Amino acid sequence: MDKLLVSKRMKGRLVQNAILQAIFFFATVLGLIALMLLLSHVVMQAIGWLDGDFLNNFPSRRPEEAGMKSGLIGSLWLMMIVAPVSFILGVGTAIYLEEYALKNRFTAFIQTNISNLTGVPSIVFGLLGLTIFVRELGLGRSVLAAGLTMSLLVFPVIVVAAQEAIRAVPQQLREASYAMGATKWQTICRVVLPAALPGMLTGAILALSRAVGETAPLVVLGIPTFIAYLPSGVLDTFTVMPLQIYNWTGRPQEEFQHVAAAGIVVLLGFLIMMNSVAVLIRNKFQKRF
Amino acid sequence: MMATKTKETKVAPLTVGSTAAMPTAESGEAKGVVYETKDLNLWYGEHHALKHIHLTIYENKVTAIIGPSGCGKSTYIKTLNRMVELVPNVRIAGHLAYRGRNIFDPSYPVEQLRTQIGMVFQKPNPFPKSIYDNIAYGPRIHGIRNKKVLDEIVEKSLRGAALWDEVKDRLRDHAYGLSGGQQQRLCIARCLAIEPDVILMDEPTSALDPISTLKIEELIQELKKQYSIIIVTHNMQQAARISDKTAFFLNGEVIEYAETSKLFSNPADQRTEDYITGRFG
Repeated sequence: MDKLLVSKRMKGRLVQNAILQAIFFFATVLGLIALMLLLSHVVMQAIGWLDGDFLNNFPSRRPEEAGMKSGLIGSLWLMMIVAPVSFILGVGTAIYLEEYALKNRFTAFIQTNISNLTGVPSIVFGLLGLTIFVRELGLGRSVLAAGLTMSLLVFPVIVVAAQEAIRAVPQQLREASYAMGATKWQTICRVVLPAALPGMLTGAILALSRAVGETAPLVVLGIPTFIAYLPSGVLDTFTVMPLQIYNWTGRPQEEFQHVAAAGIVVLLGFLIMMNSVAVLIRNKFQKRF
Repeated sequence: MMATKTKETKVAPLTVGSTAAMPTAESGEAKGVVYETKDLNLWYGEHHALKHIHLTIYENKVTAIIGPSGCGKSTYIKTLNRMVELVPNVRIAGHLAYRGRNIFDPSYPVEQLRTQIGMVFQKPNPFPKSIYDNIAYGPRIHGIRNKKVLDEIVEKSLRGAALWDEVKDRLRDHAYGLSGGQQQRLCIARCLAIEPDVILMDEPTSALDPISTLKIEELIQELKKQYSIIIVTHNMQQAARISDKTAFFLNGEVIEYAETSKLFSNPADQRTEDYITGRFG
């Protein structure tokens, strides 16, 4: 090597490295700063409005009496439909595609479609839900219709996450099971699923938190944004947190901006809690094979 | 035991003069025969991986299968319990009988076949469960739930695999805490738990250190009193040390099949001699 050339270039290379490191650091910090600004702005606005009454009151025309009870409880009702429906459908599909389906063109076709579904805008799912569940099946603007629509929305996300979790289970564990005379189902149930479950749960919780924060499909379904009572069954109408917030932000009175901010803090807290559970599960069960 | 001993000497002259085309036993040898392979062919897609295999495998013997990489030895052993069918695009033609019954017969469930045939893999593959649950896996899938029965099976299997003394105080510990050699013996114990008739071993010591390898080899000598063992190995010295009969595979064909002592001291085929003397492979 030409020693002179090497020493001549050395400085340039080091400067280049330092500049790029600075750019990457700036990119990271910028995202963080934007998030902090947003959070602090919302929290500042919410201070004084967010208290026990806010969680316990129904919405009201008077901002000082307005509360989030119907939205909070409504979101929980929605989850009660979405969680089981989307998890069972999604994991079932993933098991079929990964373990049972023959690797042929038809399977590849289904696979491509499911992957593409994750990219379909949520409002399209709203239109689908409006046509099928609200009108055709006559479920109306109910918890059930909204829950099924949201299940369809997050279903492909759960399928993809569950497939990845199943694929991460080493083939040699399946072989060990088959070699002892286990059937396919026994192998899936006793070897594949226990090993894949943490990954599946993590994916499912993240998908659920998406369903909780989603607004557009419910607007299309015509779910009301202002409801001063709680649903007593899955066929009752209801509202959810993001819709409630949407309603408040649209009001002319200045005070309702603070109410909306308080609502956003509650919604964010709810989502952060769910995501933390997902992270906890992932860390607790993280096993390397 | 006596019967197999005498058969061993009887078979020897038959296989001495074997050529590539006919290294099988004569008819009338059905007793004491575990596997009868006749004109077995296997393709991976277009690749003809096993070509016209004729091979008879005997009871309570260690049968070694040697040959260079890609010669079809692993493919053959995986065909014996039909695990090879997990590979996509596999096509099989020919006759392969286990204890006189065609293993490809649709009325012979593959699960039933595999209950008779234990398998130990190249890399130790314990389940991510406790030592106890690993051993109890086989009995449980076959419907044994009684705790006492399971306890007995676990102890017996671990003793059978010479692992009991090392793990008896930590049966509830995770199997991944064992060393590589212990994990492989755990896998052997796991396959003993279903009380198989045959044990297939696909290069069981290739991922292990010399001491663990020695332990497994000693174990194989113990196990052959009760089980028929078929072992694929890359290691010719290992085949010479532990097996009674050896088959030499090359490019998907059986070149020579004979008593191990005969095959290693006085091979009938030039290619066998070239391989065992290290001229290729």
